[in-house]
Amino acid sequence: MTILLSVQGVSKFFGGLQALLNVTFDLPEGQILGLIGPNGAGKTTLFNAINGVYPPSEGRVIFRDKDITHAKPYDHARMGMARTHQIVQPLNDLSVRDNVMVGACFGHENQNLTNAAKIADEVLDFVGLAIKTDQLAGSLNVAQKKRLEMARALAARPYLLLLDEVLAGLNSSEIDGMIQTVLKIREQGITIIMIEHLMKAVMNVSDRILVLDYGQQIAEGSPEAITKNEKVIEAYLGDPKLAQQLLEEE
Amino acid sequence: MKNLRNHMGIILPILVVAGLTIWPTITDSVSTRESAFTILKAIALASSLNILLGYTGYVSFGHIVFFGFGGYVGLYFINDQGLSIWAGMLIGGIASGILAFLLGKAILRLRGAYFALATIGINEAMKAFINNFDLFGGPIGMTLNFKVYKAYGGAAQALEMAFYVMAGLAFVALLMSYLVRTSKFGLGLLAIRENEDAAEVMGVRAPDAKTWAYVLSAIVPGIVGVLFFFKNGNVEPHSAFPLNSSIELLVMVMLGGQGTVLGPIIGAFAYQGMRGFLVTSDFFKDIQLAVSGILLLLIVLFIPSGAIGWLRQRIPALRRVLA
Repeated sequence: MTILLSVQGVSKFFGGLQALLNVTFDLPEGQILGLIGPNGAGKTTLFNAINGVYPPSEGRVIFRDKDITHAKPYDHARMGMARTHQIVQPLNDLSVRDNVMVGACFGHENQNLTNAAKIADEVLDFVGLAIKTDQLAGSLNVAQKKRLEMARALAARPYLLLLDEVLAGLNSSEIDGMIQTVLKIREQGITIIMIEHLMKAVMNVSDRILVLDYGQQIAEGSPEAITKNEKVIEAYLGDPKLAQQLLEEE
Repeated sequence: MKNLRNHMGIILPILVVAGLTIWPTITDSVSTRESAFTILKAIALASSLNILLGYTGYVSFGHIVFFGFGGYVGLYFINDQGLSIWAGMLIGGIASGILAFLLGKAILRLRGAYFALATIGINEAMKAFINNFDLFGGPIGMTLNFKVYKAYGGAAQALEMAFYVMAGLAFVALLMSYLVRTSKFGLGLLAIRENEDAAEVMGVRAPDAKTWAYVLSAIVPGIVGVLFFFKNGNVEPHSAFPLNSSIELLVMVMLGGQGTVLGPIIGAFAYQGMRGFLVTSDFFKDIQLAVSGILLLLIVLFIPSGAIGWLRQRIPALRRVLA
């Protein structure tokens, strides 16, 4: 198994605030890694550290055998890393197609406009936004904007996709659709890290799960092992019964 | 055929510039030619500013600095070094481009109002520098030796030639604006305008793209400056770096519609027409700048996307024609 991404002892401090402390994991190609933890645990900060938005204060990030710890976000994108944002960031005054074309043009395949337009149409069809192609991105609703984020990331044909709460704010049928989409993405051979609060979804989809609490990595393992891990139950889920309940309800 | 349809957006801009170019020939009057010269100059400058303001989303209150600086450098080489107007224009354009490149590296990391403030500072700093720079004549400026015009068949011929060169420059500016708008580079700029952080995450090299947009928006103003001061016969610090001209350029771009190819052209046309009326009317002649200030306020409040942008939003069928 090839290791696609290796996060080695990454810490991030904002002044005196310790947002991440010594996070270490390896991500093999083709897996889905679920990243969970209570609010403020540092999940999005870890994404930002991996993605180059906030370079880590300590530690190293190795992607496809290259040290990318201090590279800029656009260097990451060109090397084949793409992400979606927890708070959607559409390019409002551009059409949906143009939004996706930006991903294809400037992502790691570096396509020209003609090819990018083709890729955009394919990807929009894949995420189910084909009928919105010519609308302005600003006119979409939240669920559609989340799909647009995903389409933009996919249009780059990345090796690694970072999904930041793509299910938040969606209704249950939209969630099912999105989970199917995530699984289809993995079938294409794209490795995924997903931050998610919906336990049922993250447990079903992930090959492995990493749990953060107060910036520290408190557990890592298969979904089954994580649900039984006492530290996780204590720190994250509260009491064991609640954990069971959450898993069944959602 | 499909290719032609894809490029319909450039037809109207070309027609406007072509119409302005042949207008003085039809009326056969020098005063028409002067009006058309002023409008073509405004079109060239506004279309250039649009690359930075309309496509990249960076507001520059000091864009006229490139017009003045390029003009000064070019005129110096024409007057003191005996180069031709063509070489002077080339040097002026390159000088402005280099200035923009260096400035861009320094101030394009600023965003929003901070960038806008920095551009004002640069214009004023440049004016103060030139005022004290003896090679360029300090506060007195430079006056073109009358003999320079002889090479072009005398002053009258030189003035007529300047008009057609200006028309050519307006055409170059609109072509540049159109090519940027429809290129991959332009898509990157639009992404930066909409959301710079998201654009970077998607792989747009924002610092480089912004710097090149700034350089592209500075070259034509530099060349226009050389031609303008060549035609004028002299250049002084206050005529080279007028802050109010920078603001008038902003009004033109905003009025017509920032981020469109046709918008700045229509805006330049309309604004110059209005200005021509205001400065000749008894009541408005002293307060014409106040009128443009109020105009800017009204645009920002009620039609922030400008005339062309407004039409594009209202009538989607027009989008293909109004690029």
